[in-house]
Amino acid sequence: MQVTINGKAEEIAGGTVLDLLKAKSIEPQMVAVEVNDTMLERTHLETTQLKDGDHVEFLFYMGGGR
Amino acid sequence: MEFTETQINRYSRHILLPEVGGKGQKKIIQGKVLIVGAGGLGSPAALYLAAAGIGTIGLIDSDVVDLSNLQRQVIHQTPDVGRPKVVSGKEKIQALNPDVNVVMYEERLTAGNALKIMSGYDVVIDGVDNFPTKFLINDACYFAGKPLVHGGILRFDGRVTTIIPKKSACYRCVFKKPPPEGLVASCQEAGVIGVLAGIIGTIQATEALKLILGIGRPLTDRLLDFDARRTQFREIRIKRNPDCPLCGERPTITELIEDGDVGGPTCALPGQRNL
Repeated sequence: MQVTINGKAEEIAGGTVLDLLKAKSIEPQMVAVEVNDTMLERTHLETTQLKDGDHVEFLFYMGGGR
Repeated sequence: MEFTETQINRYSRHILLPEVGGKGQKKIIQGKVLIVGAGGLGSPAALYLAAAGIGTIGLIDSDVVDLSNLQRQVIHQTPDVGRPKVVSGKEKIQALNPDVNVVMYEERLTAGNALKIMSGYDVVIDGVDNFPTKFLINDACYFAGKPLVHGGILRFDGRVTTIIPKKSACYRCVFKKPPPEGLVASCQEAGVIGVLAGIIGTIQATEALKLILGIGRPLTDRLLDFDARRTQFREIRIKRNPDCPLCGERPTITELIEDGDVGGPTCALPGQRNL
């Protein structure tokens, strides 16, 4: 199925948001995840099933400034 | 207040703008902006706000200028190496525009001093390089009721957003708490392309000016992410999170705290480049 990840369409196998993070080797503690404009609680990463057409945003911490 | 002839001349390109005019320029002259961190983001923000005629600019920074800062911190120059950043910053601001009153805070922002310092300002600009202080600024602006223009840069990426406490999404609505210690690479390790500080810092200054003028549409409920490699901006819609520990329905943060250890500067995360 196809989802949009950070603005880019991607073909994924399906599964939960946590499955997607694992497939991309992203440590869940390092990212805030928004699905269809709603922030996901970390505890919901493994219970949220992705659906065809979902818009997923992985928001990484960006802490620099100096 | 009445403009002097020098002021009419200095600010003529602003006064010509219907959205600014004489009335708006007076608001700018009466405006007070606090810049936390006189570094990469703080430098361009301070210089443009000074040029615009912001009446009072507060600079908070406890550091001295290091040679490695000069690649991006354009308010400081080679002879400033070793001098306090707030002193160097004040000199450049006043050389550019002697009308600006610069207040120097040669200290770190802490849970103890933040609300007192912020109380005298209209807008706060985040130009710091560590997560505990970014969260502290967010929380302090919430408790003080001050609009915040948040910015962050790393490698080739930058991010900017405006937060109006109790009205728009705050930093904790997205990132509940600082990332776990030890998993975060330091700024020195990650590197940053210097011009990014100029791009993000000047957007922060633009947002501050708009807030003071009360014009346009602020960058609220949106994260504006910039990718310098592609020269691409991307806007990510965010919204107030009912589960936000600070501004949500059942807040767990009810007074100003220091969340995490303000150890070394941090800015990047491993795994980021997987996307």
